[in-house]
Amino acid sequence: MDTGAVLLELGAIILGLGVAGRFAARLGISPIPLYLLAGLAFGEGGVLPLDTSEEFIEVGAEIGVVLLLLTLGLAYTPAELSSTMRSNYRSGLVDLVLNATPGAAAGLLLGLSPAGVLTMAGVTYISSSGIVAKLLEDLGRIPNRETPPVLAILVFEDLVMAVYLPVLAAVLAGLSVLGTSASVLVSLAVVGLVLLAAFRFGDRISALVFSTDSEQMILRVLGITLLVAGAAQQLQVSAAVGAFLIGIAISGEAGESARGLVSPLRDLFAAVFFVTFGLRTDPGAVLPELLPALALAVVTAATKVYTGWWAAGQVGIGPRGRLRAGAALVARGEFSIVIAGLAVVAGIDGVGPLTTAYVLVMAVIGPLFARYAEVLGAPVLRRVAP
Amino acid sequence: MEVHEMALPGIGVRYDITTERGRHMAIVAFRGGGHELALYDERDPDRSRDVIPLTEEESDAIAEVLGATRMVERVADLHKQIEGLTTEQLSLPATSDYVGRPLGDARIRTVTGTSIVAVVRGEQVHAAPRPDFVLQAADVVVMVGTPDGCRAAGELLGVHEI
Repeated sequence: MDTGAVLLELGAIILGLGVAGRFAARLGISPIPLYLLAGLAFGEGGVLPLDTSEEFIEVGAEIGVVLLLLTLGLAYTPAELSSTMRSNYRSGLVDLVLNATPGAAAGLLLGLSPAGVLTMAGVTYISSSGIVAKLLEDLGRIPNRETPPVLAILVFEDLVMAVYLPVLAAVLAGLSVLGTSASVLVSLAVVGLVLLAAFRFGDRISALVFSTDSEQMILRVLGITLLVAGAAQQLQVSAAVGAFLIGIAISGEAGESARGLVSPLRDLFAAVFFVTFGLRTDPGAVLPELLPALALAVVTAATKVYTGWWAAGQVGIGPRGRLRAGAALVARGEFSIVIAGLAVVAGIDGVGPLTTAYVLVMAVIGPLFARYAEVLGAPVLRRVAP
Repeated sequence: MEVHEMALPGIGVRYDITTERGRHMAIVAFRGGGHELALYDERDPDRSRDVIPLTEEESDAIAEVLGATRMVERVADLHKQIEGLTTEQLSLPATSDYVGRPLGDARIRTVTGTSIVAVVRGEQVHAAPRPDFVLQAADVVVMVGTPDGCRAAGELLGVHEI
């Protein structure tokens, strides 16, 4: 291996992503679509195919998924998860039904395999909690009264992920119907046990990794996370779920400082992951998917807006706030790609290009929807509150 | 007045306050430290019109300003309401018999009729300290009583001229 060439290529890619990120920030959009485009350009059939650093990039992408899910788990304490589950399950169910259905329907219409249909249901269901959280902060909406129902939906989606990912992993393994059901049951039992352990013994796990020395702390957190993620992968539960569960178990002071330490690493490896997803997608296959993706985008933007509208209405928010809540949830991003990534690695056809096109659209229009919710929704507002 | 507490999963806690004049405001306490002070829009009560981000240092300063002035105001009010009442504050000398002992041991109210309303230690104000509050040298003891009562309380605590 020519180390110099690898370093040169990596440096160029990462610097390029940095420039793209800056450009995205100027435009006020998420950098994810630009990372995907970069991946498309570097891949086979793209304008700048990579040749030396692919091996590193592949491993980096795996770590990216693990860190994305770890920080997702770190964001919430077990207490927050269980109290949200109890008090907001109705909004969560409305969200699940309204937003998973269009993806599944699109999969059926496009003639995908059952595994492909299940994948697309997940792709359209899950909002990008990364993009949404950043939007709420940037737009100064954290104190707004419609924000708690929005957060509750994000929390619920994360819990659904803990169940959905192992099921998807089992289905993607492509066993017989009996084998798949057995594998689903086993992985759900494992997830249930680990969740229970996280709720019960979270304090001890937190104490185990906690250190006031940041070097010690990051080594412990990363070590445990990669071990559990790897073990989960071996058990066919998917590395992502393992990392997510560790994130939930680590909470309190340990969780807070782990989040701070892991975030920059996550940003780097998640960017590598998005590029890799683009790399694995043939740019030529994305273009024909643009139209179906646009149609899916229109439908699932509407269903998310309605979800937020409904959820905010449940807690007595006025029409403007309900509109803002709905629009804030529109963005899909990192987790749609994580889900599709699992399917692509398992060799499911048709999912990669469609998801790429879909996320390209949703990650761009999501923030625009959130920002201009009240302008875009003016006709609705006039009718509801003249 | 009520302060409503609202959990913001993954972010922190929001405290809602509605003033007597009907203005809505909130304070968001972030889990990672720092606060946001928000004022709500009167036309759209769900929307925060102004958001003022505060660093931890700024939050401390604001809390101190409000906390300290409230203490002084309350004591001043007492003065106006009851004639013959006076407030004194004294710094506990290191030679006092009660350094390192609970406030209740001095039995100040029983003996002198004077009430200890607050103890200021460094930058912290301990309002209405309980009998088990342990005194330290250099604590500033704030008391309310008659002038004679305050003088007697001072003697007990080891301060001979008030």
